[in-house]
Amino acid sequence: MDLLRFITAGSVDDGKSTLIGRLLYDSKNILVDQLEALEKQTRNKEAGVIDLALLTDGLRAEREQGITIDVAYRYFSTPQRKFIIADAPGHVQYTRNMITGASNANLIIILVDARQGVVEQTRRHSIIASLLKIPHVVVAVNKMDLVEYSQDVYNNILIDYAEVAKQLGLKDVTYIPISALNGDNIVDRSSVIDWYEGKPLLQLLEEVEIGRDINHADARFQVQLVIRPQTTDLHDYRGYAGKVASGVYRKGDKVTVLPANIETSISKLEIGGEEKEEVFAPQSVIIHLADDIDISRGDSIVKTDDQPQVANELEVLLCWLDEKPLQPGNKYYLQHNSRLLRAVVKQVEYKLDVNTLQQLPVEAGVKLNEVVKATIKTASPLVYDSYAKNQADGSAILVDETSNNTVAAVLLQ
Amino acid sequence: MSKYHLDYLEQLEAESIHIFREIAAQFEKPALLFSGGKDSITLVHLAKKAFAPGRIPFPLVHIDTGHNFPEALAYRDQLAEEVKADLVVRKVEDTIKQRDLTEPKGKFASRNWLQTYTLLDTIEEFGFDACIGGARRDEEKARAKERIFSVRDEFGQWNPKLQRPELWGIYNGRIHKGENVRVFPISNWTELDIWNYIRKENIGLPSIYFSHEREVIAHEGQLIAVSGFIQVDDTDTVIKKRVRYRTVGDMTCTAAVESAAATLDEVINEITAARISERGETRIDDKVTEAAMEDRKKNGYF
Repeated sequence: MDLLRFITAGSVDDGKSTLIGRLLYDSKNILVDQLEALEKQTRNKEAGVIDLALLTDGLRAEREQGITIDVAYRYFSTPQRKFIIADAPGHVQYTRNMITGASNANLIIILVDARQGVVEQTRRHSIIASLLKIPHVVVAVNKMDLVEYSQDVYNNILIDYAEVAKQLGLKDVTYIPISALNGDNIVDRSSVIDWYEGKPLLQLLEEVEIGRDINHADARFQVQLVIRPQTTDLHDYRGYAGKVASGVYRKGDKVTVLPANIETSISKLEIGGEEKEEVFAPQSVIIHLADDIDISRGDSIVKTDDQPQVANELEVLLCWLDEKPLQPGNKYYLQHNSRLLRAVVKQVEYKLDVNTLQQLPVEAGVKLNEVVKATIKTASPLVYDSYAKNQADGSAILVDETSNNTVAAVLLQ
Repeated sequence: MSKYHLDYLEQLEAESIHIFREIAAQFEKPALLFSGGKDSITLVHLAKKAFAPGRIPFPLVHIDTGHNFPEALAYRDQLAEEVKADLVVRKVEDTIKQRDLTEPKGKFASRNWLQTYTLLDTIEEFGFDACIGGARRDEEKARAKERIFSVRDEFGQWNPKLQRPELWGIYNGRIHKGENVRVFPISNWTELDIWNYIRKENIGLPSIYFSHEREVIAHEGQLIAVSGFIQVDDTDTVIKKRVRYRTVGDMTCTAAVESAAATLDEVINEITAARISERGETRIDDKVTEAAMEDRKKNGYF
């Protein structure tokens, strides 16, 4: 059984919470006591039927205001797959939560209200999906019950969205007409939407091919920590613990340690104390090297014949996540997996309009939820790939030196 | 399917080991909060794997309410010895005396809420900057929004509106002096994942997780073990039942479930078929208010 992580995105009233509630409910992942709590709350609101949307409302603060303020994670499984849903709110001001939820996702469900069609929010969510290179996109046209299950309405939305997908270069897009409220095409095929010949949503989620989502071509590994027990029986033990970010490593591979640029080879590979002939992403492993080299946290071990970029002046896309605006010239920490470097944002080239993809001039500082193209200079060279080539090695965050907050998502170009 | 494929348990394990190594590298004085329950037992097992063949580079800390199951305490001591980890035990009883705290009264007077005081005192005593906990996001609504690295202020408080965004697998553990981070390496595991992993890795558990005979009273549909810590009234009927525990907390606030499941396979079958959530079935304290967990977390609870 494998694992699919997906995110749901939609505007405020697109029925996102209802959809998630429906998926959990119809796949029998909601238990009796949770249902009882739900019934109790629904009665409080004096509605007739159980409000499935309430299932995903977490905090009292949210329930009082009837909104979702943060990314929540939901779990369910079927005999085919385990699923992790990142439930990100749809409000304009919470683009940052969507980016957070989308950063780990294999798939995004973009909800479109059948009555509204493709709106500004749909474009924004799609642009974020394309920026973050989410491999699979599902456009769920919801509230089909409110347009009399009209195939024409659905087809027109398809035509509109195909334009968006083409402009953004989204490759794997699947469309599905649903009614989350009534459960049409969620777990079972709808008997009303008989003109739709595709799979219901759950089956689609179970069957989408995700084996190729991980980069198995470029071997990338960063040292998280050096394991040196220094006990009598393990006196000379020295292993480099870390996660294989991408690719495959084999015993005997010729490797280069970066940024120091020292060649050596792999003498031993371990997982949880067991020796292995080869290891691959995303395993957490220990690598042993044939030569004694001074290596510390954040150093990269890559195959000598396939090396990443090494540079200290970086072209990046920044998604700003903090209330405090970006001040060009300010110093931050750049955290690239386990490597922490002092960095300065030198120049902000342009602002990307996340509704139109237009490049706009930057007048004032860069504010929360804005996406900009910028140049970052780091105190020592960074070892990385472009995000387009290798997401696992092409992403980083900026941390404010004084507040310690995570202030930006960094996509290396 | 590609040969370079991990099943979901292997993926979860790899993620948790990665988190453990980040903790060891980013913090000066981490501690693993150990309760004796299956989640913290799984945590210890994952920590062992993360640092093998070295030993776990931080102590196991038990905040002892004094209301534990004796089986869980025996297991705790044995496990600490087996993995050669330091074990720190701090008792809620002592905090109550030192700080002259008022103990809750009533039928199932629970010290669950008071644990927070002992925990915060212990964090201060040792200067722990990261406390590793076994909370899972599937357990409860307020947990579903918890980050893997969750920053707490000097008072141990959690502010749900000021959580750091957590992107890709990059964990920002930078804090100011006096703050600490609660880290939850098994955030993405569900109850069933834990059980399946325990079976796969052949991890031992305290005996109370399996079917055994016990004297209990039935209270509002839940079975509570008769012990010196709860008040048995004249109206209560003490009955003998074959039960097991789905979670192991205090004897005062953990309910047993009637069960004949004596092996891991039987337990997993029972949970797969269960139609009631773990907390709903076994935690007496969460029923008190709708937002009980949200409130406790804001005040420094695990």
